[in-house]
Amino acid sequence: MKILVAIKRVIDPDARIRLNADSSGVEEESVEYKVNPFCENAIEEALVLQGAHGGEVVLVTVGPEDVTQTIRSGLAMGADRAIRIEGVDTELDSDLVARILHKVVERESPNVILLGKQAVDGDNNQVGQLLAQYMGASQACFASEVVLEGEQAKVTREVDGGLETISIPLPAVITADLRLNEPRYASLPGIMKAKRKPIDVLTLDELGVTDTALKIEVLSLELPPERQAGSMVESVDDLLDKLKNEARVL
Amino acid sequence: MFTEEHDMIRDTVRKIIERDINPYVEEWEKEGHFPAHQVMKLFGDAGLLGLKYSEEYGGADLDYTYCVAMAEELGEIACGGVPLAVGVQTDMCTPALARFGSDELREQYLRPSLTGEMVGCIGVSESSAGSDVASIKTTARRDGDDWVINGEKMWITNGYQADWMCCLVNTSDDKPHKNKSLILIPMDAKGVDRSRKLDKLGMRSSDTAQIFFDNVRVPAGNLIGQQGWGFFYQMLQFQEERLWGAANMIRGLENAVSETIEYTRGRSAFGKSILDNQVVHYRLAELSTEIEALRALTYRATELYVKGQDVTRLASMAKLKAGRLGREVADSCLQYWGGMGFMWEAKIARLYRDVRLASIGGGADEIMLGIICKMDGTLPKRKKGGA
Repeated sequence: MKILVAIKRVIDPDARIRLNADSSGVEEESVEYKVNPFCENAIEEALVLQGAHGGEVVLVTVGPEDVTQTIRSGLAMGADRAIRIEGVDTELDSDLVARILHKVVERESPNVILLGKQAVDGDNNQVGQLLAQYMGASQACFASEVVLEGEQAKVTREVDGGLETISIPLPAVITADLRLNEPRYASLPGIMKAKRKPIDVLTLDELGVTDTALKIEVLSLELPPERQAGSMVESVDDLLDKLKNEARVL
Repeated sequence: MFTEEHDMIRDTVRKIIERDINPYVEEWEKEGHFPAHQVMKLFGDAGLLGLKYSEEYGGADLDYTYCVAMAEELGEIACGGVPLAVGVQTDMCTPALARFGSDELREQYLRPSLTGEMVGCIGVSESSAGSDVASIKTTARRDGDDWVINGEKMWITNGYQADWMCCLVNTSDDKPHKNKSLILIPMDAKGVDRSRKLDKLGMRSSDTAQIFFDNVRVPAGNLIGQQGWGFFYQMLQFQEERLWGAANMIRGLENAVSETIEYTRGRSAFGKSILDNQVVHYRLAELSTEIEALRALTYRATELYVKGQDVTRLASMAKLKAGRLGREVADSCLQYWGGMGFMWEAKIARLYRDVRLASIGGGADEIMLGIICKMDGTLPKRKKGGA
């Protein structure tokens, strides 16, 4: 069983973000990066599946050299090795990432490809689905439970109406929802071992990705409006009045 | 000084705190109790209780920079009592056992303490001997193959839940610095009475006990290291204890300042936010500067310490500054929280209560000042025969 987990780093979601001078992107000076939380669920699931079925867990990410730290924290959780594809965040969109991952899948031939359902920065929720399309493989997105049975994966998905359980043939793309599992902490022995685990670095050329055109062009970003100050009301009647006539929610 | 591994250790510590500790702190503070074994196991399972100890007993053989990084991150815990308990386990009750204890003793007590299965405590202070360690009264006398211990220990962190104590006792009538020994006492031994859990100003969730020993018998092999060397062993670990204490203070103070900024930004009085008053934002900037200075001093002392230098002076300064600055930051921030800050449950009020201990425990501010003066050659010589 070989499991490929595609991971992404995101700017610390708890940090206050600022836009750069021309509002074309987020200010990246002195920000802290973390592994996207859904990607941590994906890594955890891969490790759980590896525990049950044996095999290898391989991480892959696209980014400049400093994403190595993100990779190491995944290796510290217990993944066996990693691949970093050279890339620059601003020169990527979901479609290009999916096409890059498709090439990686062709090289690695994994049985299962796990991703987070979306990254909490752009919240695009596209890469898993696009990758499955490019591979011509089955997909099960928003997974809250994954069971491997022979050449099939039985996946419980969180959908609008509740839970849906589907059976899909391997190799397949599965994207992790938050309730899939509780990611483990990287233990100290894990952290120390991570240093010695191999990280292969490939360029887009080496991978055979020639078309690097983006399908999405970011025109500008804006911050959400500042929250207005609240006010105290004298009585329940005042509150009802305000809810009816000012907020118009009643 | 710090590497990617340090960062990852910090990250793991923070995750444990966010997920398994901070959600329960309110409850523990209210109960005046936290589940020490459960919390210790969290860190033990992640391999974080034995950073500096030998791999032979389940440690990781890392240098003290890792311990300082962990101590700093433990400051993310939303109270002072829980990090203190972890610090006692990693840096106060175990160092002498790890360095000088017999193989049997280390196997029996150090190993399970590094996995978090056992909780330890350190018994030095007594009702009539706190910072003046030399004047403790508890005794141990040899009787056949046993030590028989009599006396009392006071303000013992983890004391109520601990499985064992590293206890400083007098083992002869020799001079006060030469008559002391460290003896490991299993807390379930007959004659150990820990009936009183102390009611304290701060560190509410920490279980702090007064413990009495009435003819407590422990095997002769429970002596840690050599007889008569207890005072010296205790002194040996003070540099690390003080660095730990200083590092553990930093994050709590930073959080207090940033939470005060958020609060005062959102609260208005006299037509503008509290934060917009120059006295407030200037004061908070001043405090942030001081906290960074404390961090710089702590890091510098740590860096020299791992290079093998004696940093007694710098470590004492760091501990002194941490205690003083903790009080200053807590007091200034509480002021800007106004009536909200005066509420018992307010986080800033908890910090105000908890940091007060830093200037008292582990050698009071005045002891630190005495040490610094001694090393700077400004301490007046004692007259012979004087106290």
